[in-house]
Amino acid sequence: MIKQLSWKVGGQQGEGIESTGEIFSITLSRLGYYLYGYRHFSSRIKGGHTNNKIRVSTKPMNSISDDLDILVAFDQETIDLNHHELVSGGVIIGDSKFSPQLPEGCTANLFSVPFTEIATELGTSLMKNMVAVGASAALLGVKAEAFYSVVEQIFAKKGSSVVEKNMDAIRKGMEYFQSEAQGNVGDFRLEEADGKNRMFMIGNDAIALGALAGGARFMPAYPITPASEIMEYLIKKLPEFGGTVIQTEDEIAACTMAIGANYAGVRSLTASAGPGLSLMMEAIGLSGITETPLVVVDTQRGGPSTGLPTKQEQSDIFAMIYGTHGEIPKVVMAPSSVEEAFYDAAEAFNIAEEYQVPVILVTDLALSLGKQTVEPLQYDKVQIRRGKLNVSEELPELEGKEYFKRYEVTEDGISKRVIPGMKNGIHHVTGVEHNEQGKPSESPENRKAQMDKRMKKLDKLTEVFPTPVVKDERHEEADLLILGFNSTRGTIQEAIPKLEADGLKVNHGHVRLLHPFPTEEVAEMVKKAKEVVVVENNATGQLAQLVKMNLTYGNVKSILKYDGNPFLPSEIYNQCKELF
Amino acid sequence: MATFKDFRNNVKPNWCPGCGDFSVQAAIQRAAANVGVVPEELAVISGIGCSGRISGYINSYGFHGIHGRSLPIAQGVKMANRDLTVIASGGDGDGFAIGMGHTIHAIRRNIDVTYIVMDNQIYGLTKGQTSPRSEMGFKTKSTPGGSIESALGVMELAIASGGSFIAQSFSSDLKELTSLIEQGIQHKGFSLINVFSPCVTFNKINTYDWFKENLVSLSDIEGYNPHDRLQAMNTLMENNGLVTGLIYQNKEKPSYESLVQGFKEEPLSAQDLQLEEEQFDKLMAEFM
Repeated sequence: MIKQLSWKVGGQQGEGIESTGEIFSITLSRLGYYLYGYRHFSSRIKGGHTNNKIRVSTKPMNSISDDLDILVAFDQETIDLNHHELVSGGVIIGDSKFSPQLPEGCTANLFSVPFTEIATELGTSLMKNMVAVGASAALLGVKAEAFYSVVEQIFAKKGSSVVEKNMDAIRKGMEYFQSEAQGNVGDFRLEEADGKNRMFMIGNDAIALGALAGGARFMPAYPITPASEIMEYLIKKLPEFGGTVIQTEDEIAACTMAIGANYAGVRSLTASAGPGLSLMMEAIGLSGITETPLVVVDTQRGGPSTGLPTKQEQSDIFAMIYGTHGEIPKVVMAPSSVEEAFYDAAEAFNIAEEYQVPVILVTDLALSLGKQTVEPLQYDKVQIRRGKLNVSEELPELEGKEYFKRYEVTEDGISKRVIPGMKNGIHHVTGVEHNEQGKPSESPENRKAQMDKRMKKLDKLTEVFPTPVVKDERHEEADLLILGFNSTRGTIQEAIPKLEADGLKVNHGHVRLLHPFPTEEVAEMVKKAKEVVVVENNATGQLAQLVKMNLTYGNVKSILKYDGNPFLPSEIYNQCKELF
Repeated sequence: MATFKDFRNNVKPNWCPGCGDFSVQAAIQRAAANVGVVPEELAVISGIGCSGRISGYINSYGFHGIHGRSLPIAQGVKMANRDLTVIASGGDGDGFAIGMGHTIHAIRRNIDVTYIVMDNQIYGLTKGQTSPRSEMGFKTKSTPGGSIESALGVMELAIASGGSFIAQSFSSDLKELTSLIEQGIQHKGFSLINVFSPCVTFNKINTYDWFKENLVSLSDIEGYNPHDRLQAMNTLMENNGLVTGLIYQNKEKPSYESLVQGFKEEPLSAQDLQLEEEQFDKLMAEFM
């Protein structure tokens, strides 16, 4: 019996690879196992190699693994492209239909199972993925009945006979594999899990759910990989809560429409990836100068331009922080797990409204699309705070033709906010520099007063922001501090015990607030370490540069990866060893 | 009841004396009062350019956004609070060049916003360059040899795009313009009102006199039926787009808001933001 393993299913895109992985992993999730899934896919719908790698464990973990125990292949390409990941004694289960062959030098244990043939005999070759699921389950020691609830959920609409046929396919796959493999295969049976049914979701689900819980009721958005799941979830759910999603003509419309809705008092977000973020820059500046709350989600992918649209990268830091022309206060939040993505998505609206600023909530493709086990989310931890906006307040009458002082200069720089429809709240809003009433003004004194007012609004944010840096500080005096952001947290966590086993004392900080930069928090960690290494998926070390820019000391090195794939724990381990 | 004076504020427009935009401002103020809107329930969303300043000259909630984007902002405002009367406005450069993508999609989307374009066939605030509404051969600073691109037939385009209220007017005809804006506000859906609003400083061709000579009033066309889409298209083509009045209206086309599933009469901005714990638990369970 084993505590964890990695399983991968691969084939041609459009062949049901995704649903095979879904059925397999949701079933294991319901048995109480912890899971982490990562999809390898291309920017096309049919054809091209795709795979879904799922790690299963009896204990929590948040990273893909270095190696692979079981590879389920629907074509030879899957074997050729992925066999090198297999552990010694690893298993390949291939569809007999393509006569799977072991590549030269590969020592894996290959089993041919007639996925297609069994499925066709049962009625339709479409069920070949069920046969594959059954064969895998046999290897893991999971009972066929465990799949019933998931199969029923998916096929109930098509009638009970379809449900039964799919279950038969699972059973047949199981039986075939058992008789074929008897005694010829290592022990891949999983230890029993705790049986608790946890949530199993991608980061984008968590963001969408967080936005909904955080009071967002309107989302204008333009489809893009890897952000679309957010709008797709909300278009299904928002109507129950009176709201809606509009698919706009482009990202400029999405962002400005969200600004319009926020201005009129509705919590509104948009979500995109790099190309859309680039288009939104002018509008983000408008949100900044007009002090209109705004939440933009940026799910980073390979850039620049169309770049690697379906691959992992973390190269938008500078674009997010410095992309807008001119100078505005802006918040960039970077959750480091799916749980955090949920809570941060809700909190982003509080920050946007309290400080009346644009907030960019950033993820990366691995965090947005990686499907993982999530402990139940806490209802009570979600707050709704609207800052200096009270929509039911009765405002004093305005004098003559004067306007409400929407941009009144105050001690903390934040002015009282009113929304259209409120009596005695009439004021003007403009992207032109303006006076306290929002009327255009070019006077140097006014310009300075309004700039100072806006730019000081976030002075205290790093002090009140919930955990600007997630710290794993094991040592008061460390040899090494590893810094990262977004999806690399679990991977770094997995590399640390190996480094520690080699005698290195390692601390880890994951930056959750990229802007304004939590200089003090990071500085404290840096002071405790002899060396600092920043792990990030980009070519120029943007987070490392941010650290160097904000701290005048510390020996900061970089571990970079920008080939489109997420880091493996071994890569972080090996490169840390090389550096030290 | 508010009167048009209630829609005046204390800001002096920075338009040139004689600019057509003064009349458009007056028409909006009169129309708003005539249909019974009060200043705090009117939101004027404008673009960038001389005419874009209009939101600052009307005593109402006003949002002067970025170039070409008055329509998405206005649609966001209307979706957030459907009790508001939302007017979007700007120039022909704003709406038909940089913002053309939004214009077409706002027309087909049909959210209840009244869009008033001050069309002077030239870029005024940047001191005289060609516009998508300039005729071929039109000489400007950016087309010293005369424009070699054809002018955009915006009204024809609006009809082809599924527009439900399409009108055109001339800033000198305050009475007709006011009436068309009133009808546009009352129309349940997107209304486009293109207003020929001469630029007295940079456009020496399309002057007040030129428009008086060339515009054809639809009220002078016998039997003109603004609910006949084909006739509207033919009439526009026969007159090179130079007609004034209500060109086309389709009262049957439902507004976007009326088609949104679950969209309530109560404005979204007035609804509770909090989820009930039960609702939250149900949402979570869907991921288990």
